[in-house]
Amino acid sequence: MHLAYPAVLSALLFCTGLYGVLARRNAILVLMSVELMLNAVNLNLVAFDVWLSKAAEETLHSGQALTLFTIAVAAAEIGIGLAIVLAVHRNRGTSDIDRLRDTAEGREPDGPDTDTLATGAAGEKAEATA
Amino acid sequence: MTTTTLAVLVPLLPFLGAAAGLLLGRSAPGFVRPLAVLPTLAALVLAVLVMARQGGGRAVDAVTELTPTGSVPVELALHIDGFAALVAVLVGTVATCVQIYSTGYLRDDPRYASYAALVSLFTSAMFLVVYSGDLMVLLVGWEVMGICSYFLVGHYWETPEARAASLKAFLVTKLGDVPFLIGLLALATEAGSFRITEILGAVAGGSVGHPTVIALLLLAGVAGKSAQFPLHTWLPDAMAGPTPVSALIHAATMVAAGVYFVARLLPLFEASRAAMVVLAVMAAVTMVGSALAALAQDDIKRVLAYSTIGQLGYMTGALATGDRGAAVFHLLSHGAFKALLFLAAGVIIHAAGTNSLAAMSRMRGLRDRVPDAFWTMTVALLALAAIPPFSGFFSKESVLGAAEHVATGHTGHAPAAAGWTVLVAALITALLTAAYATRLWLLAFRGTGAEAPDHGRQPVAMNAVLWVLAVPSLALGGLTFRLLPDWFDDNDLTPALTTSVLGTGVALVGGIVTYAAWRHTTALADRTPLGAVAAHPEGDAALVEAEVIASHRPAYGNLASAPDPSDPGRLLLGPVHRHAAAGFHLDAVYSALFVRPVLAGASLVRFLDREVVDTYVRAAGALPRLLGAAVRRAQTGNVQTYVSALLAGTVVLAVAAVLVATGA
Amino acid sequence: MTLAAASHGFLSPTGVEIAFLLVGLVTFGAAVLTVTTRQLVHAALWLVVALGGLAVEYLLLTAEFIAWVQVLIYVGAVVVLLLFGLMLTRAPVGRSPDADSGNRWAALTVAAASAAALVWVVVDAFRATWIDLDGPAAGSTAVTGASLFQNWVLPFEALSVLLLAALVGAIVLSRRAKAERTAGPPAAGPPAAHGADKGGVR
Repeated sequence: MHLAYPAVLSALLFCTGLYGVLARRNAILVLMSVELMLNAVNLNLVAFDVWLSKAAEETLHSGQALTLFTIAVAAAEIGIGLAIVLAVHRNRGTSDIDRLRDTAEGREPDGPDTDTLATGAAGEKAEATA
Repeated sequence: MTTTTLAVLVPLLPFLGAAAGLLLGRSAPGFVRPLAVLPTLAALVLAVLVMARQGGGRAVDAVTELTPTGSVPVELALHIDGFAALVAVLVGTVATCVQIYSTGYLRDDPRYASYAALVSLFTSAMFLVVYSGDLMVLLVGWEVMGICSYFLVGHYWETPEARAASLKAFLVTKLGDVPFLIGLLALATEAGSFRITEILGAVAGGSVGHPTVIALLLLAGVAGKSAQFPLHTWLPDAMAGPTPVSALIHAATMVAAGVYFVARLLPLFEASRAAMVVLAVMAAVTMVGSALAALAQDDIKRVLAYSTIGQLGYMTGALATGDRGAAVFHLLSHGAFKALLFLAAGVIIHAAGTNSLAAMSRMRGLRDRVPDAFWTMTVALLALAAIPPFSGFFSKESVLGAAEHVATGHTGHAPAAAGWTVLVAALITALLTAAYATRLWLLAFRGTGAEAPDHGRQPVAMNAVLWVLAVPSLALGGLTFRLLPDWFDDNDLTPALTTSVLGTGVALVGGIVTYAAWRHTTALADRTPLGAVAAHPEGDAALVEAEVIASHRPAYGNLASAPDPSDPGRLLLGPVHRHAAAGFHLDAVYSALFVRPVLAGASLVRFLDREVVDTYVRAAGALPRLLGAAVRRAQTGNVQTYVSALLAGTVVLAVAAVLVATGA
Repeated sequence: MTLAAASHGFLSPTGVEIAFLLVGLVTFGAAVLTVTTRQLVHAALWLVVALGGLAVEYLLLTAEFIAWVQVLIYVGAVVVLLLFGLMLTRAPVGRSPDADSGNRWAALTVAAASAAALVWVVVDAFRATWIDLDGPAAGSTAVTGASLFQNWVLPFEALSVLLLAALVGAIVLSRRAKAERTAGPPAAGPPAAHGADKGGVR
């Protein structure tokens, strides 16, 4: 089999995931897109590992090992990510990424925690001095 | 001590007195009066000594060069001839009298210390001008006088008139000083020296290239300082200063500096016939115009101010006829009687509580209130009107005689046209001078109506000074032309019969006509009550004067004249009166010609600055601000936007890297 | 692009290749639907399809262990977790018109550009590379297990620590929010509502 098939598929999947990360509004959909990107990488790793284990006598199977690691890390990531999204949703009442704009320029601090207050004030101060 | 040492001490003593007065004025008020009077008095004594030693003989010259100063050396030089010695004595006398008078006049003035120090400094500067043999050093004194004049005229700076007058005096004299400085530099370049003796030598040798240009440039400065047409307008306004200042600065000394300067450099002016004609025309216009204006003034001090301008016109007229002896002679006698007139006027203003002749003419018995001022002022007015045997007669006769000499072609010093101009103008002015002197006397001392207010006796310091000055006003002329002819270039100053008769005749005519007019109009005075009186029996004279100056415009609607139908000047001048009272509208002309264009230019510059230049500045600020706002808009807080931009950049970089790597 | 590349450079496809291509198309289509569908739950289901397709691709590449792990972990655990997340955040069931943010066109541009760049580079680099799938399977459970426990033991154990840390982290994240809520409802409640209000307004 030509290596180009899995490689191109991987590239396309990666870019699809990229689009999702950039365009989706819901944080969980963004996480799904991240999963797509990770899987695209996994496909790449597996394909190259298969190719190298035959062509270059590479016996470590590093590609497959890394794929497994990636899967594990992705599982951890999705766990932590969902926890964060849930916490944000609980605090802000929304999980829409484009509404989480605390770092926007000239934004009034509206969060309950003092951190956003402090950063908001600092931002205002910076604007005043500028 | 040598004569040189004495002469150096003469300007130095008042200067040290001024410095000490300024330093100690706050901390030791008790020393202020001695520090004001004594150095000036000592300078007077020394000046008399210098005069005695100089003796009218050869000029005393002493030079020292402190440091090399480039191409044309500036040296500390003394050049004391007979003129310098006599003028220095006059300056010393008047300054001493003024300082003594001021101790009474500004008795309670809180700013007396600085005032006295400035008068001392002024005296010192005038001495410097008189004695200096180097034009640059002379210029130093010249300019110090200008700035002192500014401060002293503005002594009552609480009143807007005084503020305006001080600024006007400063600006107008400076307007003349600029060409004066250029003229001095040009002269020094031509002659190779600032020394008067060397310049006169160069002029005699014919090595001064452009005498006309230089003389005209210098004339501008002289016109400014000596209040000659067309730069005389500051002098009447400068009457907003205290009366002693008017006596010292604007009658006897500072305005004499210009005349004295021309007298010193007369050969230079004689080298240019054009300059002499200009001088003659200037003198004639000044004389006649100022005499007419004096006849129309209501403020007693303004009458005297215009009279000063006219008498200075006599002096420049004498200079225009090439007779500096006559000019300085008139300068001396005029200095004496004009100082007396001003000081007596100060007493009268204090006693009457007004400076308005119209108000005085409605007071009975003012002369009994101030007998000293009455008698001395009578003497001084007779001197002013050139009635023999008062000093003004002899000096004015010498001027008339000099003009007649030139007019009839007896001398080659000056063109005959200049002589005729001066002679005719001088005779007309003699008539007018007698007229306004008579008017002043009649209105001030022969008033009818309510009893003059009793403000108590005048201070002794003020009255005594009047009698001191009355002596030279009475006798200086007669003595001078007999005893001191060799001080004046050996000129014969004896009155000639023709001009004596002519001059005295027109003076008498002027006086009699005015008297007749006064008799005719004085009945009107009772019918039209007029006048405002400032009464401060317990205050000093300066307080009264400041109030009087400030109240003249509100009381009479005008700074210069009053709507008084009983004024004989109004009858005599007829339709001219209105223009004469306003100084022939010269101020209005200046306002139209210079002030308004300058103001318009200023507003144009202001517009350019605010609207054009500032637009660039504001744009320079606004553009980065705009760009900053545009960039700030990218800071949306949306993480996805950031990542999009980041990845777009990454893609571009990666493609570029691949293209470079593959060599495409 | 894939089709074009295959038809131009690869005129005689083998059976495996055809199968890979077909499954790849399905996978890609499912992935595209995942990121474009307006129904959030459908997105999760299309993700299942895409991930399952990838598992098939692994099988076709003779990596059977990875394939089963993929099915177990992704399809079995991750997607379920995501669905839980969707439901816990009260995601709307049915079409939501605002599933995509305003950044969509910029995202599309960036994605298309990077896709073009990547495909171009990959095709340019590997169009002549051939994977020999014959012989012993490269990714059988035996081979993978041997390599994993011979050569990759230490990272494998470190990975377990990572997972533990993630587990603890997830618990802590959830618990802290809960502790705040129980500690002070008046302190935490109104600001949250306030934030929601603000979000709603904006």
